[in-house]
Amino acid sequence: MTDKMTHPDEQELRAFLKREFPPVVTELQRDLWPRILRRLDAKTPRVPWFDWALVAAVAAMLLLFPSVIPALLYQL
Amino acid sequence: MDLLERFAAGDLDAFEALFRQHQREVYAWTVRIVRDTGAAEDLTVETFWRIYRARQRFDPAVGNFRAWARRIATNAALDHLRHTRKETELPEDLPDAHRDDPAAEGELRGHLRRAFLELPPKYRLVATLALIEDEPYEEIAGAVGISPALVKVRVFRAVRMLRRKLNSLGWEVTAK
Repeated sequence: MTDKMTHPDEQELRAFLKREFPPVVTELQRDLWPRILRRLDAKTPRVPWFDWALVAAVAAMLLLFPSVIPALLYQL
Repeated sequence: MDLLERFAAGDLDAFEALFRQHQREVYAWTVRIVRDTGAAEDLTVETFWRIYRARQRFDPAVGNFRAWARRIATNAALDHLRHTRKETELPEDLPDAHRDDPAAEGELRGHLRRAFLELPPKYRLVATLALIEDEPYEEIAGAVGISPALVKVRVFRAVRMLRRKLNSLGWEVTAK
């Protein structure tokens, strides 16, 4: 390029930027609380009832038959 | 126990009350940074999610919830800018043009826009707030978690990067 453009200075840069990025609507258009609640629900891990039943059954077995604990540890 | 103490203790009703007090302000701050209403809504939700998760680190005795929320919102917006940063290349060369040529000026504005979107996010954030939104350096400093002097440095560097980018395209941009 042979010609150089003349000179937008810093104020012109500001003016250019303001034209290119006009003011945005800063008023929130909806209530976002339901989305927060959904997020809270989604992040709370839910353990199915049968998992709890399985844990209870294993705990009961270990209490009733403690002799199987070494065998289980050996398998691990 | 007041609202902030109940929030810090994990009370969901207190969190909702704080959310309703501050959601509009957090959204307004965020949308001025990201300039996209949909993204700003998502980031407002993300901000309050982060606030809720960090509630135990908030000290109601000394903490300013509004300032804390703004800091978290700014960090969330910065993360968004990092993930959506434009990677488009500016052209190597431009046709000769003069200042009084509306087409040439339109072209300059287009290149300036792209150059701005290509700024490193931490510079783009402070430049958006300082140059476009005319936000005082002290406000920006509080939101970003840096000193006003460093905000000034980042704005200066952002302007210099824009100038260099445009100069490299043959548009001579100088400072006064």
